[in-house]
Amino acid sequence: MSGEQPIHIVPPVNSLRMVRTLMLVTSLCGGLIVAVWQWTQPAIAANKKVVLERSVRALIPNAAQIVEYDASAKGITPAKGDPAAGAVRFYAAYDKDGKLDAIAAEGAARGYSDTVRVLYGYRHACECIFGIQVTQMKETPGIGDKIITDPAFLKNFESLDVSLTPDMKSLFNTVKTVKHGTKQFGWEIDAIAGATITSKAVGRGINDSAQRLLPLLLPHLEAVKQNGGMQ
Amino acid sequence: MEHETLGQIFIITVLSSNFVLAMFLGLCPFLGVSGKLETAVPMGIATSFVMLVASLCSYALNQLLTHFDLEFLRLIAYIAVIASAVQLVEMVMKKFSPALFRALGIYLPLITTNCAVLGVALFQTARDYDLAQSVAFSLGGGVGFSLALILMAGVRERLNLSNLPSVMHGTALSLMLAGLLSLAFMGFGGIGVAR
Amino acid sequence: MSSQPLQASNMEQLLEGIWKQNPVFVMALGMCPALAVTVSAFNALGMGLATTFVLICSCTLISMLRRFIPREVRIATYIVIIATFVTLVDYLIQAVSLALYEALGAFIQLIVVNCIILGRAEAHAAKNQPFSAMVNALGMGIGFTIGLFALGSVREILGAGKLFGISLFGDQFQPWVVMVLPPGGFFVLGLWLLFFAWLAKRKEAQHGA
Repeated sequence: MSGEQPIHIVPPVNSLRMVRTLMLVTSLCGGLIVAVWQWTQPAIAANKKVVLERSVRALIPNAAQIVEYDASAKGITPAKGDPAAGAVRFYAAYDKDGKLDAIAAEGAARGYSDTVRVLYGYRHACECIFGIQVTQMKETPGIGDKIITDPAFLKNFESLDVSLTPDMKSLFNTVKTVKHGTKQFGWEIDAIAGATITSKAVGRGINDSAQRLLPLLLPHLEAVKQNGGMQ
Repeated sequence: MEHETLGQIFIITVLSSNFVLAMFLGLCPFLGVSGKLETAVPMGIATSFVMLVASLCSYALNQLLTHFDLEFLRLIAYIAVIASAVQLVEMVMKKFSPALFRALGIYLPLITTNCAVLGVALFQTARDYDLAQSVAFSLGGGVGFSLALILMAGVRERLNLSNLPSVMHGTALSLMLAGLLSLAFMGFGGIGVAR
Repeated sequence: MSSQPLQASNMEQLLEGIWKQNPVFVMALGMCPALAVTVSAFNALGMGLATTFVLICSCTLISMLRRFIPREVRIATYIVIIATFVTLVDYLIQAVSLALYEALGAFIQLIVVNCIILGRAEAHAAKNQPFSAMVNALGMGIGFTIGLFALGSVREILGAGKLFGISLFGDQFQPWVVMVLPPGGFFVLGLWLLFFAWLAKRKEAQHGA
């Protein structure tokens, strides 16, 4: 720049103006967010409920009513917000007469690409898992996504043994995914050939969830056997 | 969600779930700064540092916001913390290495808009990582980002001397290269995942 | 600052964002979301529309407030405003379509660091009247959406044999799976950019020679 530099005097009131503008803008924005948040919360909650109930009904077709509970060391409580630390969320499916048909819960584990989330159904009468619904997965199309469609793989979950030890503190046998064709026991899952990692994720997710949920749930199962038994 | 060990999170984030090559985060600087090795390395280090700071601060912020039921302010809070972290890094670099500061030029303040940094904060919140896991995740992210950047810079430096049709040079070529690198990194798939 | 008398007409500005200065194909901006979510045409459209919404709202608001924002804190203010609208669009998408929300994931919130928005705010919205800013933003947004759609549809057609979930080639089609994986994203975008670079070069040759 040629010529003389004009002396640049910064008036002290400038910083006040900056702060004032920032505060004004932030309040405006904050107010906008709160307003839209409150407006959309009911719709979002309804959406989530619809998605959940759709998955549970796909798993347990007879479910007339689905109630969410949290199981923790203190017992079973109706679900509220996010589960507390150490508590496990499960869904009780009641038939038309209000009797407990089955329990559904979610398990998750990392697969090949990202998390694989599975909803599994449990019945105390057989002490087994009778079916699964994959609720979230981003596995490789045509390879990992066979866990949703492969009939031989899904057969693993028609009667997956998850019985507890006599003291009800843990599963008698760890649910494990084994190499394709080597399944021997009722608590093992036969992996899909060529999609071992994704198959193992399903196994680990179910094992992790069942190991945490069943020891907390079964001692208090009576409380939820009838719909309305819990206030 | 099953508990992942710190080592697992680190290895998976560096290799099979690489921020740039698998999760598409941090592409603007990846394509902009990877022309020369000597700018790629300090950029990687600066970004990794910002990622670590952002991870720690956003973990703390998230705990605070959740406690007061103010989750809807999360995004604004995260971005504010990242902008401050970048300012800090700029000041430190200006003081200790002015040459590097000039070499990086406009790309240093652009770390604020680097998807990878905000991505660290957002993903660690979404996956509900505890503090140790968040640190492992951000370190893995930084190392992975730097690794991809350095590899890219090495290849591009050599390509400058090669005989390609001129219409290819520039972003199109970098993207093809990134595609090849991404394909190569897919070979790491499954590494670190529990048995 | 009043709008310059030599300012391009609003229509020209709109078209510029779509073609000459297309953010995806010409300026190579905002690539992170472009590659991450464009595994299907539907997701690509969703992301494009969400970004356009944020672009238009932010630029319009910034343009309305342009005389009140001191120069020193302008970037910080722009970012706060953009982050606000991104948070809004995040909730709106959740309320409208959980499927889209799951598909786009964290990339909705990553719209806030999309270079396009801050770039437009700084280069245009801060210096022009609200209507002009809105039109310019709309043009950029449409261009971005078109770019994403071009990416998403190619990847979905080749990688899944479908468009918008509708199977195109029947059951016997073996999908080119890599197209819906990360490397495919890089390759397809690279090829599109190559195409546009070639077009530009040809035009230059016609005008020059």
